[in-house]
Parts: sequence; C-alpha cells; structure tokens
Amino acid sequence: MILRRLWEHDLAWSFRRSPVTIVATALTLIWVGAALLAPWVSPQDPFDMASLNLSDAFTPPAWDEKGIGRYPLGTDNQGRDILSTIMHGARISLGVGLAAVLFALVLGVSLGLLAGYLGGRVEAIIMRIADVQLSFPAILIALLIDGVARVALPGDRHDELAIPVLVLAIGFAGWVQYARTVRGSTMVEKSKEYVQAARVIGRRPLAIMLSHVLPNVMGPVLVIATIHIATAIITEATLSFLGVGVPATRPSLGTLIRIGNEFLYSGEWWITLFPGIALVVLVLSVNLLGDWLRDALNPKLR
Amino acid sequence: MAAFILRRLGQAVLVMLTVGLIAFALFRFVGDPVIFMLGQDATPEDRVRVTQLLCLDRPFYLQYAAFVNNALHGQFGLSLRQVRPVSTLIVERLPATLELSFMAALFSLAAGIPMGVYTALRRNSWLSHVLLGISLAGVSLPTFLIGILLILFFSVQLGWLPSFGRCDTVQIGWWSTGLLTASGLKALILPSITLGLFQMTLIQRLVRSEMLEVLRTDYIRFARARGLTDRAIHFGHALKNTLVPVMTITGLQLGAIIAFSIITEQVFQWPGMGLLFIQAIGFADVPVMAAYLCLIGLFFVIINLVVDLLYYAVDPRLRIQPI
Repeated sequence: MILRRLWEHDLAWSFRRSPVTIVATALTLIWVGAALLAPWVSPQDPFDMASLNLSDAFTPPAWDEKGIGRYPLGTDNQGRDILSTIMHGARISLGVGLAAVLFALVLGVSLGLLAGYLGGRVEAIIMRIADVQLSFPAILIALLIDGVARVALPGDRHDELAIPVLVLAIGFAGWVQYARTVRGSTMVEKSKEYVQAARVIGRRPLAIMLSHVLPNVMGPVLVIATIHIATAIITEATLSFLGVGVPATRPSLGTLIRIGNEFLYSGEWWITLFPGIALVVLVLSVNLLGDWLRDALNPKLR
Repeated sequence: MAAFILRRLGQAVLVMLTVGLIAFALFRFVGDPVIFMLGQDATPEDRVRVTQLLCLDRPFYLQYAAFVNNALHGQFGLSLRQVRPVSTLIVERLPATLELSFMAALFSLAAGIPMGVYTALRRNSWLSHVLLGISLAGVSLPTFLIGILLILFFSVQLGWLPSFGRCDTVQIGWWSTGLLTASGLKALILPSITLGLFQMTLIQRLVRSEMLEVLRTDYIRFARARGLTDRAIHFGHALKNTLVPVMTITGLQLGAIIAFSIITEQVFQWPGMGLLFIQAIGFADVPVMAAYLCLIGLFFVIINLVVDLLYYAVDPRLRIQPI
C-alpha cells in the first residue's frame, strides 16, 4: 500500500520518465556502495603495507599484454591495486564532500535564518560579508583558508588535522548560497499568519525560527545541497591535486591523480587516468541527480 | 554620483583592510616577523632596527598600521625559501600569469562567441549538439583533469606541444614575454585552453541564449521584412546586441581566470604567481603567502569596483535608487 503510493508519487513519476536520472542514480548508488564497503569488497587493502608487493609496481591494466588478472586496472608506483585505491579514494572524496556540504548547510542556514528573521543590523552585517565573499571564487577561498590553516597549524599534526581543516575550508567557502536563499524565504515566511500567530502566543524568536520557519524554508536548501555535493567533491579533488588537501597516506581521488600525474610522461597513464575517470563519473552522476531534483521539485518547470 | 562612488570605494578599502589583516595575522603570529623581513642571518643591530620599524614593541594596531604602510610600498620582506625580496619574486612571476590569463580570455572569446552564434542559428544541426556536449564536459570536468588529458593526448601521445614551462622568453625591460618566440607561443597553447575552457563554455551558453532571445524581437523581424540578408541581420543586428552582456561577464570572469591560473600553473609547471603561492604553502613561506593574498585581493577588489562603476554608468536605474 505504502509502496504503491510511493510509486504513484509525483517525484517517482518524473523519476521513471527520465532514463538519464535512473542511470545517474544507479551510478551514484554504486559509488556510495563502493565507498562504504571499500574495506570489505576491494580486492586489496592499499594501506596495509604488508600486502603490497613492490615487484608488482607499474603493472598495466589487465587487458594489456603485461597485465596481471589480479590487478584489473593495473598498479601504481608502490604496487597498490588501482581499483582498490579508487574505492578507498572515493570513500574519502565522498566523505569530505558530504561533511563539507553539511557544515556549509548548517552555517549558511543558521546565518540566513538569523538575517532574515531578525533583520536590522544583524542582517546588514551578515549579508555584507556574504556579498564580499561572493565576489571571490569559492575554490580560491577554500584554497586560501586551507593554505593559511596548514601554515598556522603545528607541523607534526598536519596529517591528522588535514581532513578536518579541508572540510572546514570547503564548507566555509560555500555557506553564502544557503544563507542568501534561506534569508529570502525567511523574509517571506516571516510575514505569514502562522508566524505572527506564534509570535502572538508568546513563543521566543529562537523557537519560532527553529520549529516554524525552518521546516518551510528547507525545500530549496536541499536542492542546493545536492548540487553543492558535486562542487565540494571537485573542490576537494582540486585542493588535493594541488597538494594542499588530504595527505598521501590516506589518498582521495584528487591525491591519486596528483601521484599518477608524475608518471604520465613515462607512459604509465593508467595511474592517473582511472582515478580521473572515476572522479568525472562520480561528479557527473551526482550533478545529474541534482539537476533532476531541482527540476522535479520546481513546479514552474513542469 | 559622488556618494555612490565613495560608498563603493569605502567598501573596497574595507575589504582590502580585512584581507590585509588576515595577511598580517599570518605574518605576525606564524613564525618570527623579524626573520621574515631580514632573512636568517641578520646582525643583532638590524634586528633591533626592524623590530622598531615594524613597531613590534608597540600595540597591535600600530603593528598593523606599519604592516599596511609597508604593504602599500610593496614591501613584504624576504622570501624564507629563496632569501630574496618578495616584491622582486612577484614582479618576476607576474608577466607569466598575466600573459597566460590574457591568452585564456582571448581563447574563451575567440572560440566561445562563434560557437554560441552557430548553436543559436542552427539549433538542430548535429554540430550544435556536439558543441553543446563539449560545453557540458567543460563545465563538469575539473580544470586540472582537462589539463592532464590535454597533456596526455597532445604532449605524451602525439608529441606536438610542450607540456610544461614557458620555453623561450624575451625580456623587455622587467617584463618577460613568451609571445614573441615560436616556442613560447606553442607553450602557451595547452595552458590557455585548459584555463579558458570553463569561460568558453560560459560565453558560448550566454551568446546562444542571448542570440535566441534577440532573434525573437520585433526589430529583427522588421529587418527581415525590409529584406536584409541573413548575414546582415545575424551579425550586424543580432550579434552586436548580444555583446554587451558578454563584455560584462568577460570582465567579471577575468578575476576568476587569474585565480584559477593557480591550478593550471600547477598542472603545466607554469612559472607564474600561482605556482609561487602553492610552493609557498608547501614550504610555509609566510611572506610570499601574505603578499599573494594581498595582491589577489587587490585584483578582485579592483575588478569588482570597475564593474560596479560601469554598471552605474550604463544603467540609469541605479542613479535614482539609493543603494
């Protein structure tokens, strides 16, 4: 019964109608599955030094003459199986991307709610900062925050702090969009009767914001968040490629591409190309999913 | 008018002071500023002199004021790694980045406008679909991956184009240019395409949608009724009117191109400011980082200021409402 209603639902209907979306969802699910289950399903544990065999280094993909069946996509300079490193890398890329989006969402939504609901000086300050930040590209801000934080932190704790710093940097570079959207819809909701009623019966502003306004402004926020995940993954990959992201001991897709890039000229193209393809497929499918969600939730476009 | 310009100028100065504060905090609290200014092997007398010069024995705001004053004179001290003044390092690297950014902007315009016009005029031809597909790839592929793929194909496989550095450059005064030698120009091709591809897709899409819009207007229909040739209508009337927003976007994107050159420079080992900055992060070379931070902030503030003022000049509505 519930399944049937779910099947007949508007979203499900537009989902069935779009083969691209179905493929994108399937790919995204495969990625999430591979990332979550990487420690159990990957053919090799790329971080377990004992299982690495240096004599297997630079093995080309399995279909090449010199390929070995054990390494379907070949191995890198340390003899790590590329397929396994990609699965583990996707885990880090997705993890950092999701955490950064979550951080940006919480920060942006809170500031947007405050600005829209309180108005006045609070609003002026928050929105001015947002305007200024918006005039710089997000990736530059993330790079600057990340770079400054790396230099400011003590050197011996770089590796363990690298991922939290990265999450904060990418998240902080992305809060503006959420704040602007939420502020706009909060200003609309604020003047509606249910908010006035809540105010009349004497609920405190914070309670009104959280329990009445917030649920009604979250719709567009979720759409922004979906598309933002793809951007966050790209940003993470770019920073890692530049060598200021996650450390090489726990490589993400971007780190793998950077490591592989050094061997591009000597002909070992698979070390960098496969993580690259993996990154593109991941980003593209998340992006297509986000596009579909945006169109499906927007009644104007139907 | 004056009030508007003053407001915008005031805002720009405020942003620069904030950027400067971050740079100063970095300068002051990470490591020893006296070493930053003088290098490792300075005499004790010099140390005392610089400590006084930087007001390090004085309150915080005076130190900051001294830093701003030095920055305004282009003095950011000595690079820790190369033991040379940061200002000379930046001046050396500036031409490489600016030439790359200029060529990238040129490429994005030279390729993006014709592609946009074509896809608007022949909406359903197969070539249009191919071009739109390319632009989709340009948006969804990360910059560094495009660079790597171009290197893999054109440098490693085909061996046509160099994959790193600027090759031969000609020195004109303090400006070193790669535009005057054949190898320098060849070295510019792949990096400019990598850097400009995103902006190219942006321009292509913009021109396409603007063209489609303009082609629907009455004056185009009137021009057709007058029996003008397709060429005169498309290029004389329609294209001309789509170019205004294109110019604005290109201007705004110039800052983004300079910022994104960090990535392209890293991929192609292009000896520009971005590479300098990335290397500075790796070595915790704080004076270089502080200088780059201020410089890139200045670029963006100037570009935004100019665009704001241009809007004001072009759009009369802004002159009535106080903002």
